[in-house]
Amino acid sequence: MVDLSVAIGDVVLQNPVMPASGTFSEGLIKTFDINALGAIVTKTITETPREGNPVPRIAEVRDGMLNAIGIPSHGLAYFLEHSLPHYQTYRGPKVISISAPSSDAFAHLAQQLAEVSAVDVIEANISCPNIEEDGKAFAMRAASTAQVVRKLRQATRKPLWVKLTPNTGEIAEVAQVAEAEGADAVVVANTVLAMAIDPVTRQPRLGNVMGGLSGPAIKPIIVRMVYQCSRTVRIPVIGCGGIMNADDTVEYLLAGASAVQVGTATFVMPTAMLDIIEGLRRYGDVHKLTRITELIGAMKLPERVSVPDML
Amino acid sequence: MNTAREERYLAQAAPETQARVLRHEAVNAEYRHLTLAVPDVAAGAQAGQFFNLRCPTTADESPFLRRPMSTYRANSERGEVEFLYKIAGSGTRALTHLQVGDTLSILGPLGHGFSLQPTWRHIVVLGRGVGLATLAPLAEMAQAAQVKATVILSARTPELIMSEARFRAAGAEVITVTDEAGNSDVAHVEKLLRTLHQQQRADAFFTCGSERLMRLMQRLGAELNIPGQAALEQHMACGLGMCHGCVRPMRDPEVEASEQHVHHARRVCWDGPVFRLAEVV
Repeated sequence: MVDLSVAIGDVVLQNPVMPASGTFSEGLIKTFDINALGAIVTKTITETPREGNPVPRIAEVRDGMLNAIGIPSHGLAYFLEHSLPHYQTYRGPKVISISAPSSDAFAHLAQQLAEVSAVDVIEANISCPNIEEDGKAFAMRAASTAQVVRKLRQATRKPLWVKLTPNTGEIAEVAQVAEAEGADAVVVANTVLAMAIDPVTRQPRLGNVMGGLSGPAIKPIIVRMVYQCSRTVRIPVIGCGGIMNADDTVEYLLAGASAVQVGTATFVMPTAMLDIIEGLRRYGDVHKLTRITELIGAMKLPERVSVPDML
Repeated sequence: MNTAREERYLAQAAPETQARVLRHEAVNAEYRHLTLAVPDVAAGAQAGQFFNLRCPTTADESPFLRRPMSTYRANSERGEVEFLYKIAGSGTRALTHLQVGDTLSILGPLGHGFSLQPTWRHIVVLGRGVGLATLAPLAEMAQAAQVKATVILSARTPELIMSEARFRAAGAEVITVTDEAGNSDVAHVEKLLRTLHQQQRADAFFTCGSERLMRLMQRLGAELNIPGQAALEQHMACGLGMCHGCVRPMRDPEVEASEQHVHHARRVCWDGPVFRLAEVV
């Protein structure tokens, strides 16, 4: 049987499948055994409580969904007192997703989590708006990414994963500076900025007007970004975008991802992650793999096709 | 930490299962009645609980997300769950293609349903349109608890009145009002409710399917000191409390209105879909 374990820096996962932030909560235990997952990734927490966006917060589009949830959060104190003890009952590493409106605020939040032993990994969601740059997401540019990752790295020695945005023309450069400033892994990526309008009511289909597109609709875009990033950095790349099944996961691994995060698929099929893990085992048997890590970056380029230089 | 109610709900399994279509009939031009063969846990759904259905993909429709649907009837002896749905959008249009013998993936039972207090002797139920399907299981629930139910069913036309025979069969007193007859307006329904309450004190109100009728019951409930429960509808994605897509602002009824600064977003799928009437903003 294929060994599904992967290492993201010093963090060993029993398999490469974990939830994408914001698509996991204790409600899932009603449908399957959470201990089967490679890791637990929490909904993004902020230092102080946030209400989130007005409804409608979600809209269905072809092969995907739009969301503008707005990171509702009970705040750090509530998280440490109420949510974290619950997550501690699960086996896998606990990846705590954080967000903040400035690089200093990010560092301050990371510093407080650095003292909590139950926190195994900090995942910095730097796809959120930066108030110091007119609300542009940190990860849209290399310079703002460098600044926030540097401060995060100074704030904590915990494993630090940095979640990038696909809403940039320079994803490889952004990944590169994240690595240079000390990130232990990059998560590629987040939702694609998008919108939809109802032709009957002529109103935007999200209360926030614009939101993030997720689901199979974005998968080819993010696979390309994982390919670009994994060829540019030496730290692990975690793929995240439109994965619905084991074949999608294999595709991400071949493109260069060391692990994957699954989000929207869980909304459609709550057991999606479990099904993917079982599917990877079957793939390993059929293709006679010893370790799943054999697939990482193992895309075969046809002969006489040179490596594309569209990076 | 979670409340005892949350812990109980978490412990209740809501597996994803492939359910087989036993019957699928048109009730009228707008409504379909779907009966599924399901495992015990699904057939044990309580009144007011819902399922998240994965609608089929057809030549014209490809609904990506599941569709929440309230339980019209759950029969644990026969291992069946029934839904009464209105053809409204892509998901329900796709559902109409299901044939007897087909399977579809259902997730549930989900959410918190209706409840009856042991001291209640008389409940008044007010519903409109597709909300009548959600309220229908109250018929047998009240009958089993030996609680008298008086039911006002509202719709655009008489043929869109759902569940009338079912409520009557369970011993409820039924009053129908329609737009066509001109007696479904809020003022007339308010008179009806006041008269009913005078004849026999209403111990609780139940409502679903109309925002303005819910407001009416909320206002009368506050004035006459009658507690109530409202089943809410909201577009959902996961149905499991993960995505925070289906929130609705709620107030804390234990706090005076003048002191209430913040309305709290509650998840309809997770904290509801049945809420106390006094909570609804």
